[in-house]
Amino acid sequence: MNVLLDKKILDSQLTDWYFTNRDQLMAASNSVFNSFRPEAMECFRKMGIPDKSNENYKYTDVREVFLTPFNRYIEPRKILFSVEDLFRCDIPELDTELVLLVNGWFYENRPRLEVLPNGIIIGSMAEAARQYPHILEAHYSRYADFRKDALVALNTGFAQDGTFIYIPKGVGQDRTIQVVNILLSPEDLFVQHRNLVVIEDNAMARVVVCDHSLSAHHFLTNSVTEIFVGQNARLDYTKLQNEHNSSNQLSSSFVHQEKDSHAIFNTITLHGGMIRNNVYTRLNGPGAENHTLGLFLADRNQHVDSYTYVDHAAPGCTSRQNFKGILDEKATGAFTGRILVRPDAQKTLAYQANNNILLTSEARMNTKPQLEIYADDVKCSHGATVGQLDENAMFYLQTRGIAKREARLLLMGAFGHEILKQVPVEPLRDRLNDLVDKRLKGELSRCNSCPLQCQETC
Amino acid sequence: MSAKSSIPQPMLEIRNLKASIDGKEILKGINLTVNAGEVHAIMGPNGSGKSTLAAVLAGREVFEVTGGEVTYCGQDLLSMAPEIRAREGIFLGFQYPVEIPGVSMVNFMRTAVNEKRKYLGQPEMGAADFLKLMRDRKALVDLDTSLANRSVNEGFSGGEKKRNEIFQMAMLEPKLAILDETDSGLDIDALKTVANGVNRLKNKENAVIVITHYQRLLDYIVPDFVHVLFDGRIVRSGDKRLAFELEEKGYDWIREAN
Ligand SMILES: Nc1ncnc2c1ncn2[C@@H]1O[C@H](COP(=O)(O)OP(=O)(O)O)[C@@H](O)[C@H]1O
Ligand SMILES: [Mg+2]
Repeated sequence: MNVLLDKKILDSQLTDWYFTNRDQLMAASNSVFNSFRPEAMECFRKMGIPDKSNENYKYTDVREVFLTPFNRYIEPRKILFSVEDLFRCDIPELDTELVLLVNGWFYENRPRLEVLPNGIIIGSMAEAARQYPHILEAHYSRYADFRKDALVALNTGFAQDGTFIYIPKGVGQDRTIQVVNILLSPEDLFVQHRNLVVIEDNAMARVVVCDHSLSAHHFLTNSVTEIFVGQNARLDYTKLQNEHNSSNQLSSSFVHQEKDSHAIFNTITLHGGMIRNNVYTRLNGPGAENHTLGLFLADRNQHVDSYTYVDHAAPGCTSRQNFKGILDEKATGAFTGRILVRPDAQKTLAYQANNNILLTSEARMNTKPQLEIYADDVKCSHGATVGQLDENAMFYLQTRGIAKREARLLLMGAFGHEILKQVPVEPLRDRLNDLVDKRLKGELSRCNSCPLQCQETC
Repeated sequence: MSAKSSIPQPMLEIRNLKASIDGKEILKGINLTVNAGEVHAIMGPNGSGKSTLAAVLAGREVFEVTGGEVTYCGQDLLSMAPEIRAREGIFLGFQYPVEIPGVSMVNFMRTAVNEKRKYLGQPEMGAADFLKLMRDRKALVDLDTSLANRSVNEGFSGGEKKRNEIFQMAMLEPKLAILDETDSGLDIDALKTVANGVNRLKNKENAVIVITHYQRLLDYIVPDFVHVLFDGRIVRSGDKRLAFELEEKGYDWIREAN
């Protein structure tokens, strides 16, 4: 096991795998997916998996995580488990519309594609492509540009299934949609899911995505999620990453916002191996507002790299990015926050903050703002800090009888709280606060009431 | 067990205490004895070492103790961690209370109260009892209820911060309270409220050291002893008349005499 592959032959291996399976892939999928495959794979072949020579991946050699000889499948394997036994997310009062993906494939704990009474459609991407090709044609691969990123190209080359969410015009949902991505396999596995969320004009969607790994194997996920937020529509999206240390994740999300829309995209990283999160936002119509947030807690040899790109393509839009990290032991992290203000995007407000706490002298954090501003009437600010816990605050707490350890926990919790308090769903917010507290205390990091019992393994 | 002696043990005994920071000596041999039931005032010009003395007593590690000893209720104070000193009954009211965004006053006080109870072998305080205690003690210093729901000192005005210090003191019921310039920046009404709070908490079993720059506060918290700290040493001690003398003659009088 674990025979390391030569980095140089990685790209050609993946390309070969595509050509070997192309006919089968094409036959199994709808034409919407198929129409993009050849060009995407050609782009992938040209770019190759990014290493540190790629400016956008300066702090993470993505090739490293591809070195494990993963098993890859172009159809779901039978995984024997009972959802009822394993999964009962009992966040109090969080009554959700639950969608499960197991190893990137839609899991049939519910109809493959369901139209709710208010017209909301939820289910499998593959099935949506069959039943609603016009929706996919209008949105699929429109926001995630495979010409610019090899990981997106690779995903587009192989895309078959994932989560599909459609909210029709003017519809507000009463229930939060919860997507649980489960990794569960008797062998090391490479997974690529492709997701689409379409929120039509004046509609709203509240989505919670939980990533869990349930077996002690090496996993690599390379996922792409495209989100369309129509005029005056609203998105509240919370992503909770909670996988074990041998589970690596490359996650690319693309949020496309039209006029007067409002979006919150919040990534909470509790646990995992090497994690790279790309969040691209395009503010495409005037008056759109975006909040892209992130909080990560990393220890041991974990590496968490966040990359954001906010494209102000229309005037009068607002973007606020706020990312925080707490790094313990030998953990490393990076934040790159790119803001592009196009020439006619006047009256832009763009803010970016990245604050990090290093708990040891061995932990490392790189942070880099990248501002490209081509309009003159804009307000833009950015700030980054990498520091320790506030000594004065520590002493203040101690003089009230609070021991160092407890004081540290209070301060770290407070540090993260700034991000968590922006989670719009209260029961979920409470649960996340609780999980973060537990994680900081070094207690088990899984959702304690979730019988999935994601194991911590090294 | 220490043998019972007929002479009551002092609460705090500081002998020839010397402390420095970055190799610079700030406290140059302090001697001070405080007994239960007493109120001591420490006065002195800016930079004379008043806050340093308070911080050293509370256990601030940036100051290096280079000589002397401090006994608190018969124990070696200097060997205790700051939180142990606090649980043993020492309270420092900060000259500059620290803002701690994200830590709510309620959570902060609940943790503090229960850590102390745990240390003393008492059960944790129930939620209802705790909230009642909060309400009572807030009333004592006229602390706005909404402040208690906010983060520790965050966005508090100068006066609110000082009242919050006395509120915390009221919650923790210390044996020895060291109040560092709790009067500075307070208008006369706030000063009275704060002094009133301190006086109501005062009894025969506990003691207070008030550090102040002005005699004004001492009209409301009447000291048994007044000490003048100058250049790291206590250069004069007396009763409350010393405070009036200082007020009258100014600190130049001390400067010239030393
Ligand atoms: N953290 C510190 N670092 C360096 N010097 C300090 C520090 N704190 C106090 N000092 C110095 O110690 C001396 C006494 O300060 P302080 O105790 O604050 O005086 P007071 O409270 O009487 O005004 C001053 O000269 C001050 O500059
Ligand atoms: Mg001072």
